[in-house]
Amino acid sequence: MNQAAVRISSLGFTYPRQQAACFSNLNLEVTQGERFGLFGPNGAGKTTLMNCMTGLLNYQQGSVQLLGHEIAHHKKSINRLFGFVPQDFSFYQELSPAENLAFFGAWAGLGKSEIKTKTDELLEILGLTDVRKKKVQEFSGGMKRRVNLAIGVIHNPQILFLDEPTVGVDVHSRHAIIHYLKQLNENGTTLIYTSHQLSEAEDLCNKVALIDDGRIIAHDTLEQLMFDHKEDGLEGLFINLTGKSFRDS
Amino acid sequence: MFKLWSTILKDIRILTRDKLGLIFMFVMPIVLAVVITAVQNSTFEMLNTNTVPMILCNRDTGEAGKQLEAAITKAGMFRIQTVTPDQTDEAISGRMHTKDAVIAIIIPADFTKKIKSKSDEIAVKALKNFGMQANDGVKTDSGSVQPITMLYHPVLQETFRRSIQGALRSALQVVQNKEVLKSLYFNLNEKAMPDSMEKELIGSQVAINEIPVSRSGSRNIPNASQHNVPAWTVFAMFFIVISLGGSVVREKLNGSFVRLKTLPTNYLVSVLSKQLTYLFVTVTQAAVVFSLGIWLFPSMGLPRLALPDLAGVTVVTLVCGWCAVSYAIMIGVFAKTQEQSNGIGAVSIVLMAAVGGLLVPSFAMPQSFQFVMKLSPLHWCLEAYYGLFLEGGKLKDVAMNILPLLGITLVIQLITLYGLRRKNLI
Repeated sequence: MNQAAVRISSLGFTYPRQQAACFSNLNLEVTQGERFGLFGPNGAGKTTLMNCMTGLLNYQQGSVQLLGHEIAHHKKSINRLFGFVPQDFSFYQELSPAENLAFFGAWAGLGKSEIKTKTDELLEILGLTDVRKKKVQEFSGGMKRRVNLAIGVIHNPQILFLDEPTVGVDVHSRHAIIHYLKQLNENGTTLIYTSHQLSEAEDLCNKVALIDDGRIIAHDTLEQLMFDHKEDGLEGLFINLTGKSFRDS
Repeated sequence: MFKLWSTILKDIRILTRDKLGLIFMFVMPIVLAVVITAVQNSTFEMLNTNTVPMILCNRDTGEAGKQLEAAITKAGMFRIQTVTPDQTDEAISGRMHTKDAVIAIIIPADFTKKIKSKSDEIAVKALKNFGMQANDGVKTDSGSVQPITMLYHPVLQETFRRSIQGALRSALQVVQNKEVLKSLYFNLNEKAMPDSMEKELIGSQVAINEIPVSRSGSRNIPNASQHNVPAWTVFAMFFIVISLGGSVVREKLNGSFVRLKTLPTNYLVSVLSKQLTYLFVTVTQAAVVFSLGIWLFPSMGLPRLALPDLAGVTVVTLVCGWCAVSYAIMIGVFAKTQEQSNGIGAVSIVLMAAVGGLLVPSFAMPQSFQFVMKLSPLHWCLEAYYGLFLEGGKLKDVAMNILPLLGITLVIQLITLYGLRRKNLI
């Protein structure tokens, strides 16, 4: 049986100077090798949960374990195990893709030769070889998304967190990104993905969880959830479980 | 070490690609040093090489008026335009409005008569005090001497006016003393004083020997370059807050920071990298400005910068640079936006420069500011540089300025560390 990639037990988190808790007693498990999708309306707590899982936020109660390691106790050493692709472009726009990868590769703990090998490989896979020396600020949105992804995976993470990795990109870039993510997963990387692109999520994810108001309201394989709720797609399932009212908080 | 080197390389790349930032960091100190040295130098020359334009209107027809005119000319400060005695005060003021002159001296019509009368009165009183018989035949006019009128253009600052007043008083004193001596001589000898004696008595002023205090024993008089180049270099070093503070804020805001926090490397590596990279920038700034002072200033007609003890200059530059870099990072850590960082950074540097003695000499600072002044890192930077550039000191002579600066730098570093922890950045 596969080990848990992420195990969240009795998680409690409240933002400073706020009274209402974001999560209280939240439990979730993602098995190694899964392509896990975390969905929910705006303000449901997706990004906050992801930030707790990546150590960006310090939770007050409970436990978050990555591959059996408690993140609160081993924050920096545990960071080798996972990669993170934030929604924002998280790199230096003044640098080229190769320069960004060289810097973030070093920070991820790679040596000079490893960085070079991985840089060449990633730029080739993501179609950025021809522009490897161009400043990223001159790139299109799709190219920037691919650079964002390349940096997140340069150190071969065992778990990859992706926060809306394809937002605002064209069809070709989206196809390239999803294709590459599936490849990574086939090679053993656990994907933890969040997005509002539900059709894309259907294509990518084999397990999903729906979060609303700080609670996990559904968690299973997509097929099982659709069967249980008599829906034929993720969008219908989403509306069925979270309602039709706007969530603009 | 590889992580640090990679981070330094990244910082250097970003820095060198920011052309505007580079221009700001290197062109600004050069412009400041050149412009302020040139302005101060021309001020100095204006007061010493007959360049203050003056209108002189002598309405007196006697000897004392002519002597005063000659004494003013001899003072060597003024470029004199003489106007006819019939010119009214209003006409003279009118000419000054067009800036033909910034100052005008009007010698009143009965100047000689009154000076002579007053001198005779003083001589008679003096002889009586000595118990000697004075010439009672001397008639004195008891009316007081009318003042010399000095009109000045409002653009003339008070320090200038005081210098000019000093020169005028000195000229006036010469004329008055001469008359008193002549009167005394006449009363004692019942004949006029011979010209040779008059020259001997009046011309035998004690010279003032000006010697700058110097640790090296050098008697070189500090020039405008020695004063201004180090001062404005310090100012420019601290002004990297605009580039460095902004860089820290940008990194925090643009998302790359989120990624850095999820990687297995402490953010302190980035802080250390920025310190080393920008320390190199501040040292380069100093090297560029000092080199210009040494090699370019003379060809621009400005006084050459004399470089003092090299070890001292190197250490002081490194410590000043480190303090400036630490301050900029602190501002960047606490600022929430780039606008905040630029605004707070720039205003605080100008304030610290003002209280630190860069705009007003520290000895002229009011008593209430003396304590505040010592809290300004720019004050200690300036004191250390002045110890080297103006007093010709060595490294050991400025050690007592370097130590407080190191202390302030350490406090800034601790505050930065606190800020990084408080904001969950490390």
